[in-house]
Amino acid sequence: MKQTSAFRDRTLARLIQKKIRELAPQDSVKLCHVCGTHEWTITHSGIRSLLPKSISLIAGPGCPVCVVPAREIDEAVWLTMNGVTVVTFGDMYKDPGSEMSLEDAKSRGGDVRVVYSVRDAVAMARKEPKRDFVFFARGFETTTPMNALEIPRCQENLSFLVSHRLIPPAMEFLAKLDDLNIDGFIAPGHVSTIIGARPYRKFPEEYGMPTVIAGFEPLDVLMTVYMLLRQIRSGRPRLENEYARAVTHDGNVRAQEAISKVFDVVNDAWRGLGVIPASALQLKEEFSRQDARQRYDIEVGPGRDLYPGCCCHLVIIGKITPNECPLFMKACTPETPKGACMVSSEGTCRIWTHEEGLSSLEGSYSRLP
Amino acid sequence: MCLAIPGKILEITDNIAKVDFGYGATRDVDVTLVDAEEGQYVLVHVGYAIQVLDQEEAEETLNLWREILELEEYDL
Ligand code: SF4
Repeated sequence: MKQTSAFRDRTLARLIQKKIRELAPQDSVKLCHVCGTHEWTITHSGIRSLLPKSISLIAGPGCPVCVVPAREIDEAVWLTMNGVTVVTFGDMYKDPGSEMSLEDAKSRGGDVRVVYSVRDAVAMARKEPKRDFVFFARGFETTTPMNALEIPRCQENLSFLVSHRLIPPAMEFLAKLDDLNIDGFIAPGHVSTIIGARPYRKFPEEYGMPTVIAGFEPLDVLMTVYMLLRQIRSGRPRLENEYARAVTHDGNVRAQEAISKVFDVVNDAWRGLGVIPASALQLKEEFSRQDARQRYDIEVGPGRDLYPGCCCHLVIIGKITPNECPLFMKACTPETPKGACMVSSEGTCRIWTHEEGLSSLEGSYSRLP
Repeated sequence: MCLAIPGKILEITDNIAKVDFGYGATRDVDVTLVDAEEGQYVLVHVGYAIQVLDQEEAEETLNLWREILELEEYDL
């Protein structure tokens, strides 16, 4: 489809690259994205190697699997070890809890089922009315509205273990960190299709942070870098929307209404980061029947987020790159993951395992599809 | 994963649309969250359409880029 192919055009890529080189400041510039899909595009299209050395692209906490605290995985493990069928997306299956992942729980007799959509969980629960099902509802604003649609209309034997998190509060957490020194935000396009451009206005206005909402084709990311450099150069931070073909100012209002009908915003922890104010969702009281935490007396401890030596908490805020973790590709590999960032295909460590040895300029162009 | 994939709506029955993702792949997609019509492109995430894609906006974006990139010069 033209929408996609036009945003991969090599001639245009070279033109944007040239403009970026013209604009790149001498001093180092740190641009931060907060989306696993952005990290995927950046790494797989070799975007970093197309940029001048002074510009670094860092990955914030945008992998929905990596930010789920171990305690919440322990809850899912407890449920399946106590006779409840846990239904989950594939990327949560291997995510390590304090002692066990859902995969480990399954090998010990738990009933864990991997699905593509919450609709599959609804269908399973309908088909087996005598069995108790829990859908492990993780994800950011993009993944929340579908659960918000299904919760009020789902049948008695299906409930939800809610682990949803919100992106703008995490960006605010990053903007407030003294020693991170971010110069601009690449805001996540698909989260923004739901919440719209409006919630990001505070970043330029209150934090003086250049902010551009970006799509996911290689050219979207390159153009976003250029737009951020332009703002930095002019000294006038503002909010721009590079992904206007999918993101409007107000977002998807119907989806927002579905979410606010079902969920309240609460303070909660992000894996390895601690509590971020107003950054998570909890089912409203009237939906307690569909709330797995109300329905079952789940017994778990506080949870251990980090395996000894694992630096995921530093990787997910872009303080270090994966290859600076002493375990990267030694004790910790995709086959033997020690942290959540090595598990998900959106985890920065996992994505960087593909990066090794691929950094030449022409190599990068050859990877532009 | 917030990955969302564009596809074209072939037909809609109640709140379920048949969406063509190219290469002959079609899937049933829930369109409750959007106001979409047959023939439009939608972004699909985990089986649900989350936004209608604006074709004209895509064209405009590309034209605007060309303009910006061709016109803007910086003194170095
Ligand atoms: S390489 Fe492994 S141990 Fe190190 S931060 Fe990444 S996931 Fe954690």
